[in-house]
Amino acid sequence: MQKNENKNMFKASWTYDKAPESTDHVQIKKEYELYINGKFTKPVKGKYFDTINPSTNKKIASVAEATSEDVDIAVKAARKAFKGWSSLSGKERGKYIFRIARLIQERAREFAVIESLDGGKPIKESRDIDIPLAANHFFYYAGWADKLEYAFPNRKPEPLGVVGQIIPWNFPLLMAAWKLAPALATGNTVVLKPAETTPLTALKLAEIIHDSGIPKGVVNIITGAGETGASIVNHPDVDKIAFTGSTGVGKYISNAVAGTNKSVTLELGGKGANIIFEDAAIDQAVEGIVNAIFYNQGHVCCAGSRLFIQESVADVVIQKLKDRMETLIVGDPLDKNTDVGAINSKKQLQIIENYIKIGINEGGDIYQSSCNLPKSGNWCAPTLFLNVSQSHKIVQEEIFGPVLAVQTFRTISEVIEKANNTPYGLSAGVWTNNGAKIFHLTERLEAGVIWANTFNKFDAASPFGGYKESGYGREGGMQGLNPYVKFD
Amino acid sequence: MHPNLNNLPVYDTTGVNERIAKFCSRSIKKSSKNEGLKLAISMIDLTTLEGKDTKGKVQQLCYKAIHPHDSLKDIPTVAAICVYPSYVGVAKKALEGSKINVASVATAFPSGQSNLEVKLYDTKFALDQGADEIDMVISRGEFLAGNYNFVFDEIATIKEACGETHLKVILETGELDTLDNVRKASEIAMYAGADFIKTSTGKIQPAATLPVTYVMLDAIKDYYLKTGKMIGMKPAGGISTSKIALQYLVMLNEVLGEKWMNNKYFRFGASSLLNDILMQLVKAETGMYQSPYYFSKD
Repeated sequence: MQKNENKNMFKASWTYDKAPESTDHVQIKKEYELYINGKFTKPVKGKYFDTINPSTNKKIASVAEATSEDVDIAVKAARKAFKGWSSLSGKERGKYIFRIARLIQERAREFAVIESLDGGKPIKESRDIDIPLAANHFFYYAGWADKLEYAFPNRKPEPLGVVGQIIPWNFPLLMAAWKLAPALATGNTVVLKPAETTPLTALKLAEIIHDSGIPKGVVNIITGAGETGASIVNHPDVDKIAFTGSTGVGKYISNAVAGTNKSVTLELGGKGANIIFEDAAIDQAVEGIVNAIFYNQGHVCCAGSRLFIQESVADVVIQKLKDRMETLIVGDPLDKNTDVGAINSKKQLQIIENYIKIGINEGGDIYQSSCNLPKSGNWCAPTLFLNVSQSHKIVQEEIFGPVLAVQTFRTISEVIEKANNTPYGLSAGVWTNNGAKIFHLTERLEAGVIWANTFNKFDAASPFGGYKESGYGREGGMQGLNPYVKFD
Repeated sequence: MHPNLNNLPVYDTTGVNERIAKFCSRSIKKSSKNEGLKLAISMIDLTTLEGKDTKGKVQQLCYKAIHPHDSLKDIPTVAAICVYPSYVGVAKKALEGSKINVASVATAFPSGQSNLEVKLYDTKFALDQGADEIDMVISRGEFLAGNYNFVFDEIATIKEACGETHLKVILETGELDTLDNVRKASEIAMYAGADFIKTSTGKIQPAATLPVTYVMLDAIKDYYLKTGKMIGMKPAGGISTSKIALQYLVMLNEVLGEKWMNNKYFRFGASSLLNDILMQLVKAETGMYQSPYYFSKD
């Protein structure tokens, strides 16, 4: 492999001792069952699968695999609970949701450790971002529960009924929160399925939801892989599907629900453009590039995976980026100093490695940080591809890993055209010290979220969602209520 | 060589603060903590800059500099003692036989509100008394009025008077208000001949802060890339605990790295920091915190 060497003149010399987050306060059962109708119940067919720690590839626990029979039981429970739940006053529903939020806060540390164990993300991200934001979402929508008439003035919002929710493995607890909170606030009942590689925090959430005393059947959490998801999508008594995941599966869901009464929201893949202008605060922009692509190992649908640098500053930005990549600490997700953790699964690592091969074969110049990767587990060093173009496959397709495709541009109209030259439209970033330029771009970029002089910032009050093949419907904010209500 | 002040990098305060938060969240434990703390002691410019300073006070401080805490083994001495010009001679004598330098503030410290002749005389006086390092202040009024050439020339003149003696240039960042100004002042100081750039006099609040120091380190980095010359950095004022000192060292480690991780290129201007570090080191050795009464205050 031809490596693009970095002459790093600012090498760090002081290495920090290991600072592992303690795990002795965490309770993980050997075996997890399905949470249906307010009880943990064994799956009908009695099948279980393993959930693996991606940083060691060792088994953490066995998790029940829900088949179509289990899905049917869960949907029936949700249907039965719907009448009572939807006729509760908003104020009463809000009480339960507030309670869930507070319970997440109380057990935040335990959630953070499990999220990092099961998914491979650095503890500082699960501790400082995933878990607090998940609680934040429940708090936010708890507040809306008794104010729906203000969100939809002069209209009478009604819940849809039973909602099937299928969530991805990159932000397991946070995505569960994004899905559950608005659905519950608006009076729907839910069957939720976490991803098969990261089911543990959703199952912990089931324990908390149980503790909150919410009426049985309102929330059902069932585990399994793609087939379980398909059973939810195809179940005739589900009124709505909310899905976050790959564009491929999103297209399958669209097809499956065509001709039915089900409504759908999809939050799918992305290939976000991160645009650095010559008048940007360069050093902070470099930090923004790192946040955009190496945050959560690049397992972020809104990652800034296509970097566009104005040609006049390209050399400076690339050099500073390489230097910065050298200081990223890659390794044990539970170490408090880890910046980049483990790749979520063996399967995902293979996908990423395959794209890296494609990039090299297509003639891109690869640069990888010289970090030492642990021997066991799934790891990928932070990676750049220089000298690539819109015609390269690694620029066109979502890699969902710590791999950044770097291009240069000359004029503002050129970069707008290139940024929009993708079937995706989830996120974009603009770095400039010129306020007028920011608005010029935000009007023209086809992306659901556009960050100015920052990247990958989330808040419960801010709607999130895609254009084009990145999906439809919004999550978060007042807009996030829309997909869960109907009007007479 | 002159700086190009029209094309300087700009800074986004929010972005800088986010980066700082990352440095501060590093968890420094066990031997890396001990290593960092000892390094920090060796980087201290132990300082007394008060109107009420006397010969006795300076002598006592010098003794503390040589003997930080005799019951602890392998403790380095501090880098320098920092005093007013009138006590350079006293300090020089008290430190005889040690490797500790004597740094003197000069140029109408702390305000710098005087004419160049007085400033030059102040500097020469300190040099004649035997100062190994000079800490000068820039004319912030002239800087803020846009008279950059004035500021540049003043520094260059003082540097000429210093000759081989190390010159630290105090920007007094607490009066410059913006990070972009800090960058500009750093640029002027480095091109005018500073060996070190220093944040503050300690007389103005805020004194040293992590964001300001970050911008200065970034300026030092770019200057090195352009000229190949290494400039030192000295945050001064307000760094009173081990925790904060370690945050500075993490930042230094991850921004400028190995070559700057020594007292030739990095100093802390501080007075109470030393005892706090000693307390931490004793705790590491004995497993418990001792009362502050056990640490000598000079």
